[in-house]
Amino acid sequence: MINFINFLSNLAMPLIILLIVIYGVIEKKEVFDKFIEGAKDGIKIVINIFPTLIGLFLAVGTLRSSGVIDIAIKLIEPLLNIVHFPTEIMPLALLRPISGSSSIAVATDIMKTFGVDSQIGIMAAVIMGATETTLYTIAVYSSSVKIKKTRFVLIAALTADLVGIITSIIVCRFLS
Amino acid sequence: MLNLVWPIFIIISFSYAIFSGNLQNLNSSIFDSVESAVNLSITMLGTMCLWSGIIHVATNTNIMKIMNRLLKPIIRFLFPEIKENIKAQNEISMNMIANILGLGNAATPLGLKAMETLQKENKNKQELSNSMIMLIVINTASIQIIPTTIIAIRSSLGAQNPTSIIVPVWIATICAAIVGITVTKLLIRYSNKREKI
Repeated sequence: MINFINFLSNLAMPLIILLIVIYGVIEKKEVFDKFIEGAKDGIKIVINIFPTLIGLFLAVGTLRSSGVIDIAIKLIEPLLNIVHFPTEIMPLALLRPISGSSSIAVATDIMKTFGVDSQIGIMAAVIMGATETTLYTIAVYSSSVKIKKTRFVLIAALTADLVGIITSIIVCRFLS
Repeated sequence: MLNLVWPIFIIISFSYAIFSGNLQNLNSSIFDSVESAVNLSITMLGTMCLWSGIIHVATNTNIMKIMNRLLKPIIRFLFPEIKENIKAQNEISMNMIANILGLGNAATPLGLKAMETLQKENKNKQELSNSMIMLIVINTASIQIIPTTIIAIRSSLGAQNPTSIIVPVWIATICAAIVGITVTKLLIRYSNKREKI
């Protein structure tokens, strides 16, 4: 089972690339020209996010090295132990719904501190992949049509996030 | 948001480190942090360019049309109130496709366009309609075939197998999406009932 999951994970990206290239060739598109055009957009995305990353990596890195994160974790540790929630993940779970770039910084910090291939490191990665910046999305979508009464959207979206985080933790525990 | 959070982080961590005499650690972590931001960005540059390029090839073929057709029954199930509104259905479909392919930058404008179309049908302009709530919930569920950013982070940190998290991410995303959709559907039913009373 675990082998199969690994196999499928490794197959996903190459298979999708292969299918898209073959499909492009069948439809007689200039596949390489289109690839280059698209790749240029990739540069823009990274350049746009770079200054944000510098700022947030600094903030999160110094929070960790100064010992502030450890103190915060110690404070809520008894609570988390009751529900068997891994304390190391808590900073990520708290920041993830609020800000995309700060959660990248926190997730990277967790992976670096505990090891990228450790159970905690993999959990951080899966949580990052499986959840979104929920509060930010709700704010942008609601304010774009000038709506203030959001009814139950917050409950529904945050429940989904919580399930995403819990499932990530369970799957990672199962895999390692 | 970050204008508030960032200074708080900096002030708390710097002053705590200075008062607890942890200066050496603080200094080295300042340079470590900016260095790892650079490392991540360089690795990300590769992954992002590769993926953006491949997806750009896909968007120039009929793959989008095929995906659009496959998504239609799902959209009809999720948004029963806009059965007649083909324009809204198409915009929602494009938004979902952009999300699935990992084109975050393209997904948001498409989603906002769909919000605008839904607002025209909205009976109470001050409140989110049921369809709008469903659209937002789907967008917060982060349904993505290849989580490129996280793969880039893993490979910049030297993971043995950066892509090994793909299937676990799928499992977690699907569970989150199913629960999100179910909760939304139940709450819609509950609020409809309450309105009738």
